[in-house]
Amino acid sequence: MDRIMNALAALLTALVVPGAALLASLALFGAFVALVGVNPLEVYELMYRGAFGSWFSWQNTLTRAAPLILTALCTALPAQLGLVIIGGEGALVLGGLAAAATGVALDGAPVALVMGAMGLAGMAAGAALIGGVGALRHRRGVNETISSLLLTYIAIAVMNHMVEGPLKDPASLNKPSTAPLAEAYQIGPLPGMDVHWGLVLGVLCAVAAWVLMSRTVFGFAARMVGGNPRAARMAGLPVGRLLIVTTALAGAAAGLAGMVEVAAVHGRANAALVAGYGSTGVLVAFLARQNPLAVIPVAILFGGIGASGGLLQRRLGLPDASVLVFQGIIFVVLLASEAMQGRVRLFAPAPILPAAAKEA
Amino acid sequence: MNEMTRPLPAEITAPALEAVALTKRFGAFTALDSVSIKLRPGSVHALLGENGAGKSTLVKCVMGFYRPDDGAVLVNNHEVVIGDPRAAQTHGLGMVYQHFTLVPRMTVLENLVMARASVPAVIDWAAERAALAAFLATMPFRIDIDAPVAALAAGDKQKAEIVKQLYLKARILILDEPTSVLTPDEADETLGLIRAMALAGRLTVLIITHKFREVMAFADDVTVLRRGKLAGTGSVAAHTPDSLARLMIGESAIAAPAARDGAPTNEVRLAVAGLRADDESGMPALRGVDLQVHAREIVGVAGVSGNGQVELVQVLAGQRTATGGSLRVHGELYAADRADIRRHKVHCLPEEPLRNACVPGMSVAENMAFRCFDEAPLARGGWWLDLAAMRRAARDLIARYRVKTTGPEAPIATLSGGNVQRAVLARELSRDVDVLIAANPVFGLDFAAVADIHAQIVEARNRGTAVLLVSEDLDELLELSDRLVVMSRGVIVHETTPAAADLTVIGRCMAGH
Repeated sequence: MDRIMNALAALLTALVVPGAALLASLALFGAFVALVGVNPLEVYELMYRGAFGSWFSWQNTLTRAAPLILTALCTALPAQLGLVIIGGEGALVLGGLAAAATGVALDGAPVALVMGAMGLAGMAAGAALIGGVGALRHRRGVNETISSLLLTYIAIAVMNHMVEGPLKDPASLNKPSTAPLAEAYQIGPLPGMDVHWGLVLGVLCAVAAWVLMSRTVFGFAARMVGGNPRAARMAGLPVGRLLIVTTALAGAAAGLAGMVEVAAVHGRANAALVAGYGSTGVLVAFLARQNPLAVIPVAILFGGIGASGGLLQRRLGLPDASVLVFQGIIFVVLLASEAMQGRVRLFAPAPILPAAAKEA
Repeated sequence: MNEMTRPLPAEITAPALEAVALTKRFGAFTALDSVSIKLRPGSVHALLGENGAGKSTLVKCVMGFYRPDDGAVLVNNHEVVIGDPRAAQTHGLGMVYQHFTLVPRMTVLENLVMARASVPAVIDWAAERAALAAFLATMPFRIDIDAPVAALAAGDKQKAEIVKQLYLKARILILDEPTSVLTPDEADETLGLIRAMALAGRLTVLIITHKFREVMAFADDVTVLRRGKLAGTGSVAAHTPDSLARLMIGESAIAAPAARDGAPTNEVRLAVAGLRADDESGMPALRGVDLQVHAREIVGVAGVSGNGQVELVQVLAGQRTATGGSLRVHGELYAADRADIRRHKVHCLPEEPLRNACVPGMSVAENMAFRCFDEAPLARGGWWLDLAAMRRAARDLIARYRVKTTGPEAPIATLSGGNVQRAVLARELSRDVDVLIAANPVFGLDFAAVADIHAQIVEARNRGTAVLLVSEDLDELLELSDRLVVMSRGVIVHETTPAAADLTVIGRCMAGH
C-alpha cells in the first residue's frame, strides 16, 4: 500500500515540472501570437479544437502521434544508458527509404512477406545508423549527440540521392520519388477509423521498450551502465555490447517509423519523409522524461499540436509553421526547467544533502 | 599578502566559537536536538560521533549551509547570523571538507587566488605566485602550486584544502576528517602544525574525526554526539579512549574482531604477474606488479596514496584495462568479465562505494542485486526480473547486515556513508567469495562500523577467502594482514609480516627510498 502511495507521489512530483513548463510555454506562445495581432484565447481554443475537439481532429492527432512515439523511443532508449541521441530523423528517413526500396523490389510477392520484409528493412537501416553512433561512441569516444545529429544530414542526403538517382520513378517528375508501393502493400486504417495500424505498432513498441528497460535483465544492466559505468564495469557487465545493442534498438524504432510513414501515409519514399518527426520525437522524449510509457501520451499531445496547425492557418491566417514556434518554445522552456527538476518536492520530505557541499 | 609571511603579532588571539542549543529538523527527523558546543579561543576541539550522529549537521549549521530551526551561533560571545558560507568566511570561519572542493582543472595557485572573497579584475599572477610561495614557505606542506589539482594525489589535495583555508585567513578552522587520506606521518605533521598554530593563539580548531589516537594526541577538548544529541563534553585529559568509545556508542555493542582461525594455505588463489597499467592521464601507474594471495590469507598493500594502488584495484575490479602482465585466479587467466567473476567468485569492496560500486539513483534493493540480478531466483529464465524476489532478498540482507534505510525501495544515495558501505558489504560478502579485493573499506566510517567491517573481512578470510586489502591506514593493515607488502611508484618494493614489521623500514619504503 505504501509502495503504491509512494509511486503515486513520485508520479505527481514528476508531472509538476513538465506540466508547469507546458503552461509557461502556452503563455509565451500566447504573447507571441498577440504580437502579430491575434487574440491568444482564440488561438488556444482553436488549437484545442484542431487537436482534440472532434473525432476528426482526434484521428488527425493520432495519425501524427504514431511516428512520434517511435522516434521518441530513439531518444528515450539510449537515455537509459546516459546517452543523448538526437538522430531519430535520420533513422526515420533511412528506414523509410529501405522499406520503400524493399517493397518495390519484392513487388508481386505475398503481402505478409513483403510487409514483414519492409518492416525489417526499415528497422535494420535505422539500427545500422544509430547503432553505428553507439559503436562510434564506444570504440572511438565520439560524442553521440553530435554524431547522431550530423549523420542525420548524411542520411537525408543519401535518401535524396537515391530517389533522384538509382531508385527514381521516371513518372515522378516534380517530386522525385521511388516507385509507388502497390496498393496491397500499404498499411490500412484501424477498423472504424482513419488512423492507420502504425499507431498500434508505436504503442506496442513503447510498452515493449518499457518492459525491456524496467523488467528484464537486459534493461537492469543497461540502467546500471547509465547510472554508473564504474559500477557496471565492476559487476563485469559488457558495457560496449549493451551500448551498441540499445542504440541499435533505438534506431530500429525510428526506422520502423519511417517504414510506417512510407507504407501508411506516403506510399513511396521521397523528401516528404523529412517532416520533422525525428526532431519532434526528441522533444517528446525529453518532455516524457525519457520514460517509454510516458512517451505515448506526450506523443499524442504533440500530434495534436501538429494537427492544430492547419486550423490556425485557415481560421486566423497564422502560418502553418506557427505551431513549430510553439514547439520551439516548449523545448527551450523545458530545457530551462530541467534546472528545477529535483528541487520541487511536493510530496516527499526534503532530503538530507550529501556531505559534499559547495564552497561559495 | 606580505603580512602572511610575518609572524602574527602576539596580541591577536583566535576568536572563541560557541553554538547554543542548535536544533535542526529535516521533516519529521530531528538531526540535531538542542546541541551546544563551546570552543575556547586557541584550542583544538574534537567532535566525535558515529555516522549519522549529527556531526555534519552541526557543522553545516555553524557554516551557514543549513539554517538551524532553533539556537544561536556566537563568535567571541557576540551572536552572529551566518546565512551562507560567505558570511562564515567574513567571520573568520573556514572549513576543510572530507570531500575535495578545489576545481580539478585549475592549478593550486589559481584555486587559492580565486577563492579569495575579493579578487581584482586583473590578476598579477607573478606577484600572486611569489606571495603564495612565500606564504607556503612558512608551512611544512610541500605542494606544487603550478600543478593542476587533478594531477595531485589525494594526500596533496587535502593539504591544499587546508592551506587554502589558512590562506583565506580563517581564524576558526573546522576540519571534517582531515587525515583520512593522509599517511600517519603526514597526519601527525598536519595536526601538529594546526595544534601549534592553536597553541600560539592563531587558530581555534574543530576537528571531526573517528580516530581516538588523534583526539588523545592533538585535541584539548572533546564533544561527543550520539543520535543528534549531546552525549558528553569536556577536557580530553579527563577521558580515555574507552570512556569516549562508551559515550559514542551508548548501549549498542561493538562487533569484536573475529579471531584469526588457521594459517594461510599454500594454494595460490590470486596471482598478479608483471602487471602494468596507465592512470587516468595515460601515464604509467603500474610498472610490473608481482603479487600472490593464498587461500585463507589477507595480504595488505601499504603505500602513500597515488603510488598505483587505485589503478591496481581498478584493474582487479575490471574497471581499468591492463597494458601488460597477467592476472590469474585459481591458476586460470582472469578477464574480470561477468562470466569470470562468477566462476572464480571474485568480489570487491572498493573505496568510495557510492561512486565506485553503486548506482546512486537506483534503489537499495537494485544495488544489492548487482551480483545476482541475472541468475535465479532473481531472474526467471535468465531474462525476466522477479522484482518481488529482488525486494525479498534485499530485505533479508538489510536485516542481516543492519543497513539503516527507510526500505528496499529507497534510492541508495539517500543512505549515510556507513550504510552505503554496509549495503555493498552485504552484496559482496553474503555470497561465496573465493577472492576479495578491498580498498580502504572503512574510509570515513565511524569506529563501530570499522570494527564490524574488519570482523567481516577476517571472517571471510577464516572461511578460506583470499583477501587483498589495499589501505592507506597502516594500523588497519597491521591489524588485519597475514602478510604485508609496500607499494611505491607502481611496484611492490617490500614484503613482511605484521609480526616482523619494522615501521622504520616500512616508512622508508613507502617514502620511496
